Amino acid sequence: MNPNINPGKRDRLWRGVVIYLPYAWLLLFFLAPFVIVFKISFADPLLAQPPYSPLLDWTADIGSRFLATLDNYGFLLEDKLYWVSYLRSIKIAFIATVLCLLLGFPMAYAIARTPYPWRNFLLLLVILPFWTSFLLRVYAWMIMLTKQGLINSLLMKIGLINDPLQMLYTNGAVYLGIVYTYVPFMILPLYATLEKLDLDLHDAAADLGAKPWQVFCDVTIPLARPGIIAGCLLVFIPAIGEYVIPALLGGLDSLMIGRTLYDEFFVNRDWPLASAVAIVLLFILILPIMLFQQQQQEPES
Amino acid sequence: MRRKSTFLYSVLAFGFAFLYVPIFVMMLYSFNDSSLATVWGGFSTRWYSALLENDQILDAALLSLQIAFASASIATVLGTLAGLALNRMGRYRGRTLFTGMVAAPLVMPEVITGLSLLLLFVSLKSLFGWPQSRGANTIAIAHITFSMAYVAVIVQSRLASMDQSLEEAAMDLGGRPFAVTWDITLPLIAPAMAAGWLLAFTLSLDDLVIASFTSGAGASTLPMVIFSKVKLGVTPEINALATLVIALVAVSVVIAGWVLLKQRQTISD
Repeated sequence: MNPNINPGKRDRLWRGVVIYLPYAWLLLFFLAPFVIVFKISFADPLLAQPPYSPLLDWTADIGSRFLATLDNYGFLLEDKLYWVSYLRSIKIAFIATVLCLLLGFPMAYAIARTPYPWRNFLLLLVILPFWTSFLLRVYAWMIMLTKQGLINSLLMKIGLINDPLQMLYTNGAVYLGIVYTYVPFMILPLYATLEKLDLDLHDAAADLGAKPWQVFCDVTIPLARPGIIAGCLLVFIPAIGEYVIPALLGGLDSLMIGRTLYDEFFVNRDWPLASAVAIVLLFILILPIMLFQQQQQEPES
Repeated sequence: MRRKSTFLYSVLAFGFAFLYVPIFVMMLYSFNDSSLATVWGGFSTRWYSALLENDQILDAALLSLQIAFASASIATVLGTLAGLALNRMGRYRGRTLFTGMVAAPLVMPEVITGLSLLLLFVSLKSLFGWPQSRGANTIAIAHITFSMAYVAVIVQSRLASMDQSLEEAAMDLGGRPFAVTWDITLPLIAPAMAAGWLLAFTLSLDDLVIASFTSGAGASTLPMVIFSKVKLGVTPEINALATLVIALVAVSVVIAGWVLLKQRQTISD
């Protein structure tokens, strides 16, 4: 290094690089894009490239320089398609989160009670699907659920049904897909809290005469609360904006907001309206996201 | 307690069957001779040969690997710096905003990230003439942005759980901050950086939605090609491709786990 620069300056330079290089990257490629989406959500769609009207028109006089329109947001309220999509996304994400919890909790609990060499192996089995392609795992369910697929053939072979059931392209398939792909996100934080759970507390409660389900409700669940909240948010938040699962497994009646946004952008090419859809979705998600961040910071303090 | 554990282990068995049966069925059907993808017609490897002759899929796979390699490498550098900034730099202006910006990409819906980055690229082009065209470069920038957050979280949790006394001792002996980071901190967090790189690599390789938004007309990544094929229904060639991808991942995870185990054993010896 250049010996003419004094060490104090060099230390400050290094500190500046560590902090402000990633800082600048995130400002430019994470925060600035949201400002632009916000801006364009107030623009008019145009048949041009890019297909929206400028918000600031420098050629106009001062009074009319700021050209904003609330039309896009008005349209979201007027057209049933949009708020039905929002409500349906919230409903599907909520039910799928509950299903993930119902499956994930006993699994996490059982893993946390398994003796050691086995426990790591089971954890690896939970994490492994996470490393394989999400898209391909959703696709795997298409093979299972088609009319000539494995489930229908099995059900017909044992004589439970005579004609194949329509399972693919239904709401049920969307729930299945979300639970399937997101359940590891539920199991891992649950495992992290259940692993630290002191079994002496269970014994103490049982010794004092609590029934097993009372121990479960009054001791296990309250102690596992941080894991339950973290797991539910990790499933619920991304599930609301999910695009791939409803696009591949869902039917026309399982249109979720992620797909509405995608179609608005790519099919209708209405960028301002797609931006408005995104901004409203962001507002719906702000509360759970802030809850999640607060949850993440708690263990540090 | 006995009955309770029977219940627990049946749920566990059901859960793992739920997680793995579809994957195994897909792998099995990749050897299906019938072109009706879901009717068994005997054993065959014809879909693997068809796959090797499909230039569209091979080109897309190559492009995806290049993007994943470049974006994982840059994301590891930026994410490690961000992890250090969150855990070793004390107080500075805008720390709260920074913490929020590092955590937010982890939970942001992909459609929003994708849309917002595309609109940024379009605005940048009309303001500064850059990026000239969208493709591998813009996809890589998008992937760096969300995967550096994952790297930062992994590195930061490693830093938080680490004993700082070595770094403090080096500082007390007059080590400059850069030298201390380079000679002491980085070797200690190297496993976390490697894990972060691998995660960034797979996230990039797997991403469909953000790549669809930020790509231009010319560039199609592997997930984009797969999606356009399976949107129309079950495709035997994709079964073969999926089997290859999953086998590759499983083998690398087992090797990585084995290496880590060996390392841990040599450290404890």
